[in-house]
Amino acid sequence: MAECHPVGFQWVMEAKARGAKVIHVDPRFTRTSAMADVHVPLRAGSDIAFLGGIINHVLRTGAYFREYVAAYTNGPVILREDFRDTEDLDGVFSGLDPEGRGYDPATWQYQGVDVQAASGQRDPQFDRRDASAPDVSDAAHGESHGSGGATIPEGRPESDETMTHPRCVFQVLKRHYARYTPEMVERICGVPQDVFRQVCDMVTENSGRDRTTALAYAVGWTQHTVGVQYIRAASVLQSLLGNIGRPGGGILALRGHASIQGSTDIPTLFNLLPGYIPMPYAHRDQRLDTFVRADAAPKGYWGNMRAYLVSLLKAYWGDAATAENDFCFDYLPRLTGSHSTYETVMAQLDGTCKGYFLMGENPAVGSGNAKLQRLGMAALDWLVVRDFSLIESATWWKDGPEIETGELRTEDIGTEVFFLPAAAHTEKDGSFTNTQRLLQWHHQAVRPPGEARSDLWFTFHLGRIIREKLAASTDPMDRPLLDLTWDYPTSGELAEPDAEAVLAEINGRDADGNPLSGYDQLADDGSTSCGCWIYCGVHAEGVNQADRRRPGGEQDWVAAEWGWAWPANRRVLYNRASADPEGRPWSERKALVWWDAERGEWTGHDVPDFQKGKAPGHRPPEGASGPEALSGTDPFIMQDDGKAWLYVPSGLTDGPLPTHYEPQDSPFPNLLYGRQRNPVRHLLRPPHPDNRYQPSGGEPGSEVFPYVATTYRLTEHHTAGGMSRWQPYLAELQPEFFCEVSPELAAERGLEHTGWATIVSARAVIEARVLVTDRMPSLTVHGRRLHQVGLPYHWGPNGYSTGDAANELLHLSLDPNTHIQEAKALAVDIRPGRRPRGPAAPELVRRYRRRAGIDEETGTAM
Amino acid sequence: MTDDVAREAGHADPPPRMGFFTDTSVCIGCKACEVACKEWNAIPEDGLELTGMSYDNTQGLGASTWRHVAFIEQRVPAAPGGHEDVDVFDAARDLAGSPGGDQVRWLMSSDVCKHCTHAACLDVCPTGSLFRTEFSTVVVQEDICNGCGYCVSACPYGVIERRPDDGRAWKCTLCYDRLGVGMEPACAKACPTDSIQFGPLEELRERAADRVAHLHATGEGDARLYGEDPQDGVGGDGAFFLLLDEPEVYGLPPDPVVTTRDLAGMWRHAAAAAATLAALAAAGFAGRSR
Repeated sequence: MAECHPVGFQWVMEAKARGAKVIHVDPRFTRTSAMADVHVPLRAGSDIAFLGGIINHVLRTGAYFREYVAAYTNGPVILREDFRDTEDLDGVFSGLDPEGRGYDPATWQYQGVDVQAASGQRDPQFDRRDASAPDVSDAAHGESHGSGGATIPEGRPESDETMTHPRCVFQVLKRHYARYTPEMVERICGVPQDVFRQVCDMVTENSGRDRTTALAYAVGWTQHTVGVQYIRAASVLQSLLGNIGRPGGGILALRGHASIQGSTDIPTLFNLLPGYIPMPYAHRDQRLDTFVRADAAPKGYWGNMRAYLVSLLKAYWGDAATAENDFCFDYLPRLTGSHSTYETVMAQLDGTCKGYFLMGENPAVGSGNAKLQRLGMAALDWLVVRDFSLIESATWWKDGPEIETGELRTEDIGTEVFFLPAAAHTEKDGSFTNTQRLLQWHHQAVRPPGEARSDLWFTFHLGRIIREKLAASTDPMDRPLLDLTWDYPTSGELAEPDAEAVLAEINGRDADGNPLSGYDQLADDGSTSCGCWIYCGVHAEGVNQADRRRPGGEQDWVAAEWGWAWPANRRVLYNRASADPEGRPWSERKALVWWDAERGEWTGHDVPDFQKGKAPGHRPPEGASGPEALSGTDPFIMQDDGKAWLYVPSGLTDGPLPTHYEPQDSPFPNLLYGRQRNPVRHLLRPPHPDNRYQPSGGEPGSEVFPYVATTYRLTEHHTAGGMSRWQPYLAELQPEFFCEVSPELAAERGLEHTGWATIVSARAVIEARVLVTDRMPSLTVHGRRLHQVGLPYHWGPNGYSTGDAANELLHLSLDPNTHIQEAKALAVDIRPGRRPRGPAAPELVRRYRRRAGIDEETGTAM
Repeated sequence: MTDDVAREAGHADPPPRMGFFTDTSVCIGCKACEVACKEWNAIPEDGLELTGMSYDNTQGLGASTWRHVAFIEQRVPAAPGGHEDVDVFDAARDLAGSPGGDQVRWLMSSDVCKHCTHAACLDVCPTGSLFRTEFSTVVVQEDICNGCGYCVSACPYGVIERRPDDGRAWKCTLCYDRLGVGMEPACAKACPTDSIQFGPLEELRERAADRVAHLHATGEGDARLYGEDPQDGVGGDGAFFLLLDEPEVYGLPPDPVVTTRDLAGMWRHAAAAAATLAALAAAGFAGRSR
């Protein structure tokens, strides 16, 4: 965190000054470790084993927060009889379909109730919910809920408050993690048992009624074939310890760029609409109502999804969206499968995807398997790059690595490349949304130089010109564009669109055009418009709430008047959980919100994340839906059942409980199960010769890649370098690409400090200067010495500070939920000296593949 | 006494002496101070070199580096844990057997011009380019400096340096221009963890003493202040530090002395020597005439 988020780390330092203990778990000793009370180096890719070990410790020693778990989690809920855990099936869950390489999650459900996930993979339920219906439109009639069993949508799942029923979640959890012992943690992660116990003690002693522990992760946690399950493991632990919805608790995702949180809220992701509304799939004759019925949860705040979606459609298409035409629901694009960034590359290679916009993104350096990214771009008709400088993604066609090796020739590349200079954040108005969901407005300080323009300017005027060109069109395909509300006011010489007008549209308006003040006001009849329901209120009363800057010293510790946090300016989500079931704070020390019986409402330091007048003793009437269906003790109001999920009955593609699998490429076998890798990891299809996987564990050939490598960032640079490698003041601080190795590895492979090393995977070969350092400790894993190679991934051949791109080495075996690459744990070889030049470089990689016996089947076993 | 520095330099009714307290125990090595300093003062980039000295590719203070973050990687013995179930014999074996028994410590420290109470650079400057400001800081004026370089050899810390391309001497001004309008120096403003604190020197000294006492109480027995003592060889620094190890570890001289301290004595000795020579010569002539 100190390494990648030095500004945010000031709050950790402040907490430290007030007595907080800091534990840092990371393969390498970083600037964060230097400030931590305990640094725990572990093998990259073994975190679920580590977290599972702590979960086991918490369950075994009874250190969990019993009242919290019993009241606020799904621990007491009983699972279906036909559910089978990894304990029963040697590393897989029931429902695995070997043909389709996927799970049917039907058996993961609670006994008696079909629960909809608050987010994640919702639509896969669509067909099952409508299994009896040959036509989706029929889903409107009758059995839309439940599959293969009892359907009591308005009922509660069966549960056992004593949490002793052998099929209740709590007991299943206990059995699932029983094998994650300290001995196993030591063997798998390379963390000595005494260090592991110290961590367990520190975390459990600092959790409970009077104390809370926060987990912070950088997005590296997501970059694994089991990335989502890493976060899930953290969620299980924090829920067991009662560390969610309470001050000082939580799980904080430290994002990779400013406003990455904002770019998932108002998404740049293919499968989401604003506010985490799922993007519809291409089902035959699907209408707004059938979509909502299949994808919305019947209870909790997602029960109002129709209001959020209709208001969004009204924001998009204004008067053209009417009840008669389903509010233009048919105008929304439809998914036909995964269209993640990596599948887009494959679509470029097979000729389906012909044009590509890169706005502030440098995939030729920053994305996994950088070579495939370039080959994909070389197959395009056109490419638009908007960035500050001529990044590698804009110039690969004339000076990229494949030009040097002869794999591409400039004269053969048909891609027309447009480079458009972009304005920096200081050159435009706008908001950043940080990891705490806090929107902070920034104002233009200077005009962008030359032809540089803001993204808002570019997008608005591009849309304007396209609409002008299509104005005479009668093709129904063009209606969605022509009917868009696209009337943002512009000002100045550059005709810069008014960013605050966009914010006002996102906030939403009532039928008279007045700004809305909260998402409770959204209606599903078309009388309200709102660009992102969770942001509703950011422009309440026509005031830019994100622009508030009342200093911390002039308000209380919650600092509610600094910026604006979604939803409803709440600083801690699910904060009903900061009070006990009766509505009293768990402790005075950790009081945040509480029930005021006299006034009959929730109150406190923060904005209560609960229906204001819903008493703790409230029980929903039969047949209630939406938020009304939640009781006064259901704090997790976005969940269908109002509970924190220790176990995930629906919404994940790869299992209801986090389970340790080895990374796609690993020098070690899976010690916990007979299954080596995540069986449903997303392998990119069709197999590509530049995306070969490696043998793992005990497989012959795995010894060719004996070391574990991990990629990361340095304070001095920014991601793929577009914002830092061209800056002399930053470039001189970390002037070139280097790798970090332990003295033991240096001795084993003859690597010299500040000399050169060549690093090889089945995909690529790169070179780096060598830093030999105790900060990259060798570990004892599976009883043998393991050396890890640290690779900061900022560099590429362009700019002021240059070097090879570490991401050349990556394979594209992805997390099946998020389709994110496994950048943080792979197996490599390292040798002294510089890499070969020209055609000799790919030849070296091919030699390695031959030595390891690699073909297109290698590493693809389920 | 040290607060009279500005008055002694001729400033009537000066503001309190201002300075830096750099608390290296909370430095996270982000180098924001280095960048902010260069940005504000428009200092040129001065070389892209991977040094291999941990993450320190800046190497030291100089004409074009007015803040420099040092990174020191150390192996230290593992701290004795408070856990009863640790086998002491295993622990001992670990310590003896492999480097794994040691722990890593990574010291980071942002160095800067010390703005000495007795500033030799100022003493030797023949043009008056170096001067003492009303804030008691020491500033070099680039439009007056003639590049003689006397100050470079005079500085006991090796801070001030001539820029190769223009020959003039440059160093930290403690953002004299910012101070003049009531702003704090750029490095202190940019520091996210308050490792660099700016303020009246007296106040900083009190704060620093409290901090050292706190660190001693929490087991950091090696914490010490550097440059805060008005009795030291330079009369105390306007920019002083809290260190976690010996000054030499950070590349700081353990016992700096103002190089002009002995100047008067040296002149006295030189005068005596000259007088003696003159007397001898006179005696020689006298003898010859005999």
